[in-house]
Amino acid sequence: MSDTSIPFRTRMSAGIDRFGGVMLLPVVLAFIAFVLIGQPSTWATLTIAGLAMGMMIFLMASGLSLIFGLMDVLNFGHSAFATAGAFVGATVLAWLGFWVTGGNPALNLAGLLLAIAAATIFGALAGWFFERVVIKPVYQDHLRQILITVGALIVAEELVLLIWGGAPIPVPRPAVLTGSIVFAGVSVEIYRIFAFLLGLVVYVAMYLVLNRTRLGLLIRAGVENREMVEALGFRIDRLFILVFMAGSALAAMGGAMWAGYQGLITAALGSEMMILVFIVVIIGGLGSIQGSLLGALLVGLMANYVAFLVPKMALASNMLLMMAILLWRPYGLLPAVKR
Amino acid sequence: MSAILRLEGVHTNIAQYQVLHGVSLDIPEGGVHVILGRNGAGKTTTLRTIMGLWKSRLGTIQFRGQDIAQLGTPDIARLGIAFVPENMGIFGGLTVEENMRLATHDGSFDTERLERIHAIFPAIKQFWQKPAHALSGGQKQMLAVSRAIIEKRDLILIDEPTKGLAPSIIRNMIAAFREIAEETTILLVEQNFHFAKALGQTVAVIDDGRIVHRGSMTELAEDAALQSRFLSLSLEAH
Repeated sequence: MSDTSIPFRTRMSAGIDRFGGVMLLPVVLAFIAFVLIGQPSTWATLTIAGLAMGMMIFLMASGLSLIFGLMDVLNFGHSAFATAGAFVGATVLAWLGFWVTGGNPALNLAGLLLAIAAATIFGALAGWFFERVVIKPVYQDHLRQILITVGALIVAEELVLLIWGGAPIPVPRPAVLTGSIVFAGVSVEIYRIFAFLLGLVVYVAMYLVLNRTRLGLLIRAGVENREMVEALGFRIDRLFILVFMAGSALAAMGGAMWAGYQGLITAALGSEMMILVFIVVIIGGLGSIQGSLLGALLVGLMANYVAFLVPKMALASNMLLMMAILLWRPYGLLPAVKR
Repeated sequence: MSAILRLEGVHTNIAQYQVLHGVSLDIPEGGVHVILGRNGAGKTTTLRTIMGLWKSRLGTIQFRGQDIAQLGTPDIARLGIAFVPENMGIFGGLTVEENMRLATHDGSFDTERLERIHAIFPAIKQFWQKPAHALSGGQKQMLAVSRAIIEKRDLILIDEPTKGLAPSIIRNMIAAFREIAEETTILLVEQNFHFAKALGQTVAVIDDGRIVHRGSMTELAEDAALQSRFLSLSLEAH
């Protein structure tokens, strides 16, 4: 068959795929923003802020995407883990105040990593409890899942208010991560670089687990066809618990990172982030870690560019982005299940 | 011949509908055994009930003398029963190799066995690193069957393997199933009587959730009256 007999659209699509396909979208978005913003240093600052924000949203969204994809569970309580992670992280940072704010960079980082670890472990344990008590009785029933997880979210937020009070809590930022570095006229907050790198490390770790281990193989298979995984002799319920714990732990880690980024947190932190997290999961494609990363980067970049260009459109821009992507690809950009 | 699988008075409901009304069936060890019946007669439900994917409400299902009716699907699979569902159950986002690896108990292949499978189904070797969603319908069916035999199983349940396949592929499937049946027992659900006739040793005809005929395939194949009585719809369709 000659090249000319292949429809133009197919040839164009194949050409785009050769250069990275939909993974190019953040680059295209950044290019459009560069043209609209006009000032390279402002554009670079916004781009790095967007990437860092995207990575923190990725931490919260990736677990939810796997929970949706593998367990078919609509967990509207996911944001409770981000909130809990933020408060546990902030509390540990406050306990380790001398380490965190002192002049020793190693102790600064150790304090932050301990806070993140505490939040992550708390998220995993809370996730185990949540799955056993709240989710397990309502598997296969989406309506009840929505009702019970929204109810659990309200209870969790009230518990946070009971324990930490209603006043906003300041989050000490480690001394080594405060301030900015200036490179080629571009000012970048150090904390954002750290957030980006941590997100990248988590993504690479998740990628390796999912693509290089038998556990990852089982999870990817389970996202596609739970029943067949069971018919091959694997206990999918054990996989569910593990994935739910991992997803909750990641949300708590993302919450702790977001707390440090914001500097001041309230019990509504998780709920406020949840809209963006759901947008990421939907546009990325259910059950897909690559999709979550791509969606999170798009959402982070879009939020920062639009907040600078048309501040009133900041949240609406991501809604419009989701609508545009769903019209183009109804199953998201990189869905785990190949139809 | 002793029975490897015995169903006695199995009743299964799907939601509020009763689909199986006391199915009783003995499957002898070794060879290919066929359940025939029209659409909606209860063939798929029988296989899924054996596999534990739908639970029986009444009755017993014995595999090598052990009651498996209330066991979970993974436990049933680990007893040595493989299942090839009607939709083939292929993981489209995984490569052919990953699909096969998932069906092994420890993630490693028995090289000699794998080579035999490659000889039976050369397409499996050819597309080893391709994503399974890119395979054709026939190749997906070959992958589904290969996955079921990647390790020695005592019993393989196969649901309508010829559905939607071209006649040339069906001929290959007949040869492949004959070879597979040399080492294991196959319980096949079919609507295609010619395919079933070429392979089956025993046959059970199911209608409205009840076994209405049991016997040897030779007897059914040679008796036009029996065929007309139990399989008129199927024969007209094929």
